[in-house]
Amino acid sequence: MDKEVIKLEDIKRDFKVGSEVVHALRGVSFSIMEGEFVTIMGSSGSGKSTLLNTLGCLDTPTSGEYYLDGVAVRTMNKDQRATLRNRKIGFVFQNYNLLAKTTAIENVELPLLYNPKYSKKERYDMSVEALKAVGLGDRLEHKSNQMSGGQMQRVAIARALVNNPAVILADEATGNLDTRTSFEVLVLFQKLHSEGRTIIFVTHNPEIAMYSTRTITLKDGRVISDEYNGKVLDAAEALAALPVEKE
Amino acid sequence: MNFANLFRIALKALSNNKFRGFLTMLGIIIGVGSVITMLAIGQGSKKSIQAEISEMGSNMIMVSPGAERRGGVRMSRDDVQTLKVKDFEDIRDNCKYVTLASPTVNASGQAVYGANNTPTSVYGVTQDYLDIRGYKVKDGDVFSDQDIHTSAKVCVVGQTVVDVLFPNGEEPVGKVIRFGSIPFRIVGVLESKGTNTMGQDQDDLMFVPYTTVMKRIQAVTYLQGITCSAISEEYTDQAIEEIGEILRENHKLKEGAEDDFNIRSQQELSSMMTSTSDMMSTLLAAVAAISLIVGGIGIMNIMYVSVTERTKEIGLRMSIGAKGRDILSQFLIEATLLSVAGGVIGVILGIVAAYVVKVLLSYPISISTGSIILSFVVCTVIGIFFGWYPARKASNLDPIEALRYE
Repeated sequence: MDKEVIKLEDIKRDFKVGSEVVHALRGVSFSIMEGEFVTIMGSSGSGKSTLLNTLGCLDTPTSGEYYLDGVAVRTMNKDQRATLRNRKIGFVFQNYNLLAKTTAIENVELPLLYNPKYSKKERYDMSVEALKAVGLGDRLEHKSNQMSGGQMQRVAIARALVNNPAVILADEATGNLDTRTSFEVLVLFQKLHSEGRTIIFVTHNPEIAMYSTRTITLKDGRVISDEYNGKVLDAAEALAALPVEKE
Repeated sequence: MNFANLFRIALKALSNNKFRGFLTMLGIIIGVGSVITMLAIGQGSKKSIQAEISEMGSNMIMVSPGAERRGGVRMSRDDVQTLKVKDFEDIRDNCKYVTLASPTVNASGQAVYGANNTPTSVYGVTQDYLDIRGYKVKDGDVFSDQDIHTSAKVCVVGQTVVDVLFPNGEEPVGKVIRFGSIPFRIVGVLESKGTNTMGQDQDDLMFVPYTTVMKRIQAVTYLQGITCSAISEEYTDQAIEEIGEILRENHKLKEGAEDDFNIRSQQELSSMMTSTSDMMSTLLAAVAAISLIVGGIGIMNIMYVSVTERTKEIGLRMSIGAKGRDILSQFLIEATLLSVAGGVIGVILGIVAAYVVKVLLSYPISISTGSIILSFVVCTVIGIFFGWYPARKASNLDPIEALRYE
């Protein structure tokens, strides 16, 4: 598993705010291999949101090269990037971003709807499989407003999985959840990781980093540390160690 | 992204907001409904006028005297004496595009039988006149050529006259009635035709030989008009031309001199009479069209709000791979679905309203498939036109901004 899923070469991203130029990223370079579980850390203003947008092909760098699964992203136009997102990236957001009044299965199907390759039956089968993978096989027809935060986030993860992406990008995916549910979601991410998926988890919560295999820390638009985690904690154990809440 | 998927997405989004969708459609529903109803009423009255006219014979041509000056004074049409019996005979005998012709000399006065009397009109005509105007004899017969030749005092009477003069159901044929001071023997009774569009009773009349009116009632040597029928409707123009040539020759009009007669065809009359109802339906349709545009603006307004409200959804769709044109199509389809669905409901309501008008006000109505098809086309165009701007706005959103939108 030595394939480079993500390769950044001296990525710079400048924004013009009024007459001033803000350097959000000042030359970021790293590679992520297939099957890694990377945490990207940084306080607000460190440039991690910009990095996430860049990794997610939502934004293009001002200079530098970004290869996603071997494809150069910087020179792509909007439509090409949209297609690339659809095929290679799964997003998980802090606030789930599920469609209102829509069932779990319909939410999960969404990325497949934008890929003409799949038939109706394929879409359904793939969505069911993804929902089973996140442990919601029995809640296919539940609407988003009938679910708890943890369930909604798991639907969102299923949506990110369904197109079998090269990388899953999670943006503060546990930020809106309580401790117990956060661990449940972390357990899920670790399970996905153990199945060989590449996961990038962007957060400002240092605790998360202990459950991933590698931590990249950003500050003021630069990488200040990039360390492999020698001792990855097991989220399932942490979950079990939590005091049982009384109903 | 294929169309069926976009369609499904749009449908889903609309069904999430049914009541709002319905309110949005209301403008279109009212607009289309009123277009359909207004056109149905306008077309209905036009059609009934046309039917009436073609019943009278769509190939009918009327010649009347006109445009004579005496010492610089333009004469009233009744005083113009240019049309003569010879004109009629020449038209009848020499026009190859004319099948039937009859002179007309009219008089009005009081018809009397026993103790009953009624004011009525006497039409001096030939037998052909009845065929041209579509009158049929119910009892008895029409007068004969011999009667015309001898200016016989015989008449064919209309039902209204019969009803008044013979209130007890006596057999009128063979009876002698008086018109003014002249006795006429009834030889036939006409089948009733009822009133025409202008409210005129078409049964309140008597037909007598034109010679009788000329010699015995009016004591004139000229005709008030000549009524002819062309071989068929298409040949009306040729027939008019032929009649014109004969009359100019007979009247010895020099080249460039004004005609001293008027020739009008039933077609002209028809277009003249329907022009009012045409104008009315155009006006009504214009008012309805304005309400349709207002409905369209309503759709635009709601779509615009909807785009703002669903910014986050748009951001999500873009982040999972929707292209700008997918978003554009989705919102355009939503707008078009709204307006077309409104159109369908509007058409149904319009038809119902037209029938209500028909039943309650007994207006003649006519619903044309053309107006229904037009409504659908207009609705689609309105949906696309007014949906375009909001859809464009949605598709141009920056996914990063849209995702961050609260």
